[in-house]
Amino acid sequence: MQQSEFLNVVMPFKDKLYRLAKRLLISSEEAEDATQEILMKLWSKNEVMGSYKNVEAFAMTMTKNFCLDRLKSKQATNMKLVHSNYAEENSGLQKQIEAKDSVHWVQKIMEELPEQQKLVLQLRDVEEYDFDEIAEMLDMQPTAVRVALSRARKLVREKLVQKHSHGIG
Amino acid sequence: MELDNIEKLLEKYFDATTTVAEEETLKRYFAQESVATHLEQYAPMFQYFSNAREERFTKQVPLKPRKNYYKWISVAAVAVLVFGIYFGNAYKERKDAEFAYQETKKAMELLAENFSKGTEKVAYLNQFEETKQKIYNND
Repeated sequence: MQQSEFLNVVMPFKDKLYRLAKRLLISSEEAEDATQEILMKLWSKNEVMGSYKNVEAFAMTMTKNFCLDRLKSKQATNMKLVHSNYAEENSGLQKQIEAKDSVHWVQKIMEELPEQQKLVLQLRDVEEYDFDEIAEMLDMQPTAVRVALSRARKLVREKLVQKHSHGIG
Repeated sequence: MELDNIEKLLEKYFDATTTVAEEETLKRYFAQESVATHLEQYAPMFQYFSNAREERFTKQVPLKPRKNYYKWISVAAVAVLVFGIYFGNAYKERKDAEFAYQETKKAMELLAENFSKGTEKVAYLNQFEETKQKIYNND
């Protein structure tokens, strides 16, 4: 596979890889590094890539595994991934700030979820994959994906309602 | 979009039985300005999901060097080896030549020294000749 051909295959979903990595690793720098790593790995396998029936799903699975390994190794050495991407793009209008604030809560809530729930929410609600695709990526049964997703959505709702009524996160 | 439908979809949504298309309907509904007050609490969730989709990977990925990498390294290694042997030999030859030159020089010096010793002795002979002449002249 030539480089241009490879790029044509990979470019459409590289943002999805990055968003998935960021969902798990939280830090944008870490997520960028992880995405870069995954793309390089894919490139090194470009000769056999034609034989994969779904490169995108394969890449998503790779990203998931890579990030989980990364988290595990950080945990083993008793270190935490730090991220410095607190600063959001400044928006002048008060209304925008308020809207952003409650949207920001959702992000906070998402960060606190268990990894599997993060994964299903990211793949379904953000990337809008089918259950079958998600099942393939996460190596789960479609019904299990459905259950996990329902649980995750309800958990987010619960926490959101909590924050909504108490006003403070 | 009527409210009834949205409420039904929401219920289905939390049971994870909605289709992707139905979820899109929900996202569209919560993206607009006028959301029913009792549903407002769900709005940030859907807005967040829509926002999260906007994030982009901007870093460049250097792909080129991987190909032919080893080939070029081996070419460079062979070149270094060949040059090394060639110049190493030349250096060794020069060293040898220098050594031979030094030895020859030493031998020549020895010879020259002995020659000059000889010349000194000849100087005595000269003296003898001069004295002999004086004696002859006096006669």
